Amino acid sequence: MEWDWEFVWQIMPTMIQGVKITILATILGSALAVVVGLAIALLRRSPSRLVSGTTGLIAEFIRGTPLLVQLYFIFYVLPDIGILLPPLVAGVIGLGLHYGTYTAEVYRAGIDNVPRGQWEAAKACNLSANQTWTRIILPQAIPPMIPALANYFIAMFKETPLLSAITVLELMNQAKSVANTYYRYIEPITLVGAFFLVISLISVIALRWLEHRYGRIER
Amino acid sequence: MTDWSGYLSLILQGAVVTVQLTVMGSILALLMAFIAGLGRIAPFAVLRWLATAYIEFFRGTSIFVQLFFAYFVLPFAGFTLTPLQAGVLALGLNVGAYAAEVVRGAILSVGKEQYEACIALNLSRWQCMRRVILPQALLVMLPTFGNNAIELLKATSVVSLISLADMTFQANIVRSQTGNTLIPFATILALYFFFAMIIAFAMRALERRMARGLDGVRA
Repeated sequence: MEWDWEFVWQIMPTMIQGVKITILATILGSALAVVVGLAIALLRRSPSRLVSGTTGLIAEFIRGTPLLVQLYFIFYVLPDIGILLPPLVAGVIGLGLHYGTYTAEVYRAGIDNVPRGQWEAAKACNLSANQTWTRIILPQAIPPMIPALANYFIAMFKETPLLSAITVLELMNQAKSVANTYYRYIEPITLVGAFFLVISLISVIALRWLEHRYGRIER
Repeated sequence: MTDWSGYLSLILQGAVVTVQLTVMGSILALLMAFIAGLGRIAPFAVLRWLATAYIEFFRGTSIFVQLFFAYFVLPFAGFTLTPLQAGVLALGLNVGAYAAEVVRGAILSVGKEQYEACIALNLSRWQCMRRVILPQALLVMLPTFGNNAIELLKATSVVSLISLADMTFQANIVRSQTGNTLIPFATILALYFFFAMIIAFAMRALERRMARGLDGVRA
């Protein structure tokens, strides 16, 4: 079977549709991961053993199990207890939770990297815990973590094809349906690979720029 | 009331396939990691270029796309692979690309004085690598290799989508036959986590074992 450019152009609009959903899922998933990661990182620092221990265990569990199974869990099990989610929402929640446990580690490293003196200064200035976090610690901790966070978002982008398993019509699913309709696999699957490679390479260049701009964080 | 013992044995059969994939994939990944990792620091530009191309390609495209490519597209090019072969190939090559960067980083992290000592002792390049550099570099690689192995274990769930009867695949069968979603998915989540813990534990034990006798060397 040979490569057919005409077929490529014929299926291109469908593939572009898929790319849009893939990018949308990545952006929403990243936004959720940023929030979830911060929440986990803060809860893990809670003075209560019970809170920090439980959070740690849950995060460890989510990180130790496959995203695909978690997606199935969200998509198939939650409706049994009355939570019916559209596929894309279920997918974004899965991506956000899974990568939230990874970004939590980035936050942890970033927060640990803020020198002790800053905490002491905040205390000496009689700032409340809330003020210390929002005015002193996080503004210093977050910029150096941006490249590391971006790294995980690129990884997340590469895992979005898993959403096809819960019927989200993203790039991979569009390619599969095209392939099944015309029984031609070479062009659709290769195009998916090409799209991923191109977007990943662009993201890597953007990542280099971020590293240059914000510096690298030592982990 | 459903008879769960039959379904449980189905899931355990899947677990065997998951373990097989993880072990064989890890072996291939380890092999590729050393070939490509050493290739990246080889004195010949062609080797460096080839290794870089391999690493960037497999890290840039998603594991999912690579698996589909191996299973659906390669047959058109004349290579027909069984699902298991396609799974091991895609997993091994993908994780190998990530681990190659670990190998390169660990070897470069060994101090310059160690190389100078090799020259002073008139060791050949091979002897220097085998006797001096690698024993120290391996210890640096091990924790990250452990993480990579867990990533590989998690990635094996993806092979269920090319109809290989691994744990995730079997859980889906149980779901469609019993209509129960919680029990199959909760069971395999627990099993995946259990396997991940075993890998983490084994890696820590191995690290302690290999650190023996290197106390004076490590900073």
